[in-house]
Amino acid sequence: MAAIYRRELKSYFQSMTGYVFIAFVVLFIGIYFMAYNMMSGYPYFSYTLSGMVTIIMIGIPVLTMRSFADDRKTKTDQLLLTAPVSVGKIVVGKYLSMVTVFAVPVVLSGLCPLIIKMNGTAHLKADYAAILAFFLLGCVYIAIGMFISSLTESQIIAAVGTFGMILLLILWPNLVGFLPTTALGSLIGFVLLWSIAVFIVQRVTSHNGLAFILEAAGIIVMAGLYLIRRGLFDRALTSVMEKVAIAGVFQNFAEHYIFDAGGLVSYISIIFLLVFLTVQSIEKRRWS
Amino acid sequence: MIEVKNLVKDYGGHLAVDHLNFTIQDGKIYGFLGPNGAGKSTTMNIITGYIGATEGDVWINGHNILEDPEEAKKCIGYLPELPPLYVDMTVKEQLDFAAELKKIPKKNKEEEILKVMKLAKLEDVSGRLIRNLSKGYRQRVGLAQAVLGFPPVIILDEPTVGLDPKQIIEIRDTIRELGQNHTVILSSHILSEVSAVCDHVLIIDRGRLIASDSPENLERQMADASGMELLIKGEEKQIREILDTLPQAADVIVVDSGEELVKKVTFRMNAAEEETDIREAIFFAFADQRLPILSMHVSRASLEEVFLELTAEAEAESGNNKEGIQEEPEVQAEIETEDTDTETEDTETETEDTDTETDGKEEL
Repeated sequence: MAAIYRRELKSYFQSMTGYVFIAFVVLFIGIYFMAYNMMSGYPYFSYTLSGMVTIIMIGIPVLTMRSFADDRKTKTDQLLLTAPVSVGKIVVGKYLSMVTVFAVPVVLSGLCPLIIKMNGTAHLKADYAAILAFFLLGCVYIAIGMFISSLTESQIIAAVGTFGMILLLILWPNLVGFLPTTALGSLIGFVLLWSIAVFIVQRVTSHNGLAFILEAAGIIVMAGLYLIRRGLFDRALTSVMEKVAIAGVFQNFAEHYIFDAGGLVSYISIIFLLVFLTVQSIEKRRWS
Repeated sequence: MIEVKNLVKDYGGHLAVDHLNFTIQDGKIYGFLGPNGAGKSTTMNIITGYIGATEGDVWINGHNILEDPEEAKKCIGYLPELPPLYVDMTVKEQLDFAAELKKIPKKNKEEEILKVMKLAKLEDVSGRLIRNLSKGYRQRVGLAQAVLGFPPVIILDEPTVGLDPKQIIEIRDTIRELGQNHTVILSSHILSEVSAVCDHVLIIDRGRLIASDSPENLERQMADASGMELLIKGEEKQIREILDTLPQAADVIVVDSGEELVKKVTFRMNAAEEETDIREAIFFAFADQRLPILSMHVSRASLEEVFLELTAEAEAESGNNKEGIQEEPEVQAEIETEDTDTETEDTETETEDTDTETDGKEEL
């Protein structure tokens, strides 16, 4: 794991990707910081970070696109997968190297609240908590990018896919507004979601019987609940879907100055889930 | 020791490996031989744990590649068809990285790397970026990487493809050297390479094992095919009359050789009489009739012929198999190139040369 971590990190700085990414992020932190905090005199650095959420949406796909797609294309994955190292360690090694590259501009941004303090009132606790949330949000985006990169051989598809996925997550809170709020609408929504999940299970296991049983069981349970306690389904779909909007946790920190510990735990859980999915996607590829 | 039991790899309806069984003993050089698409690379990829098999098991020194992958992989050094090298690293960095992946203890690392660099003759390029290396050097870095740490089993997938004749000879020498202390498995579709290097040949065709024996034994099985080639100055009728008096000669073919009055005569030796040396008898028979023999050459059955015979048999068996028909053109192409080889070979060194040339053509 350490060997893979070191190699990947070195490669980011040999191929310029690392420097370009860091320069890009630092440049925009500088621009937003100058505009919001220096010129407009706004005392919270977290305001700058809110602007940065859309900037890293462009930067992170560039960082993550080659992580697995390139290995697969150049067949260097043969070296990794035939070495006495488990797939989990390969994935974690690569993931941590990308997190390290991302940590560089985040650590540099840690100077900004101090600069604000030198010029007047600063809210250091709120700002550093926001920086932590921003870092973890970036780590979630990196995990998304790594997972998408492990699905394809093409770096372009990996980058565009990651960008699209992150953009979708950012737009999510607005999109949820279009969902039906009635009990029946929620029921139909849940059935559709369940069907998609069952379809994925069917594709992965190629087991028709299992998929059929799962689908039938899901529909019976949901329909039963609907008949017994209709109130349970009121606005249920929107409230569940709102949970997917992961940028909301960061907004709690940056805009409402709340230390959302539960939110941070959910970020870390999502990271673990995506690392696990990346391992599975690589294992799966070896078997098909 | 490697045991492969009932191995199957199904690529969505196409059986790349079809119930393969074999055992690899320690301390020998094994050759996997087969036409393109025979399943050699797939088999090697399964043995090394790069891809999973649809069915069947692989044990490496008692470790199952699925249940105990880390221990099993520690026993293997693998050079795939395309050397897996990071082009943004130098040769030294690449080998450093491979040594760490293979968990070679830190204190031995430098020493081990120096050893393999010497073995693969890489000392001069150790500081160069792999991006800037030629194909031959990349192949050598790949070889050094596979050999690094001297695992008991070394698996090489077409190690000489795309190299120039000098490099081929060097790599073959290296493989022979390694074979003294390691089990080496190499795959190839070049027959002379396998017969030159390997102690044991496994012939694979369409995912099935169709022969497994030493090259000598395989050639002996084909004793029927040994014959003789002569250049004689004289008339066809006269030549035939003389040869009719010799009981060993059968299926005499006389053709013009291109030179005036000189005929090229080829015949097969009768199996019953095969062991006796008839060269003297031929010489005196023609000398008595004052027909000069300009050249005389005994052609033994080569591995090429064994290979063609065996793959042809396998093809005939699965004649109405749909996949067989699909792959036919490829096998046919193989036969043609190998045929030119057999015709032009005269001495051992020449064979190697012509081989490389044919190789070049195939690459194109």
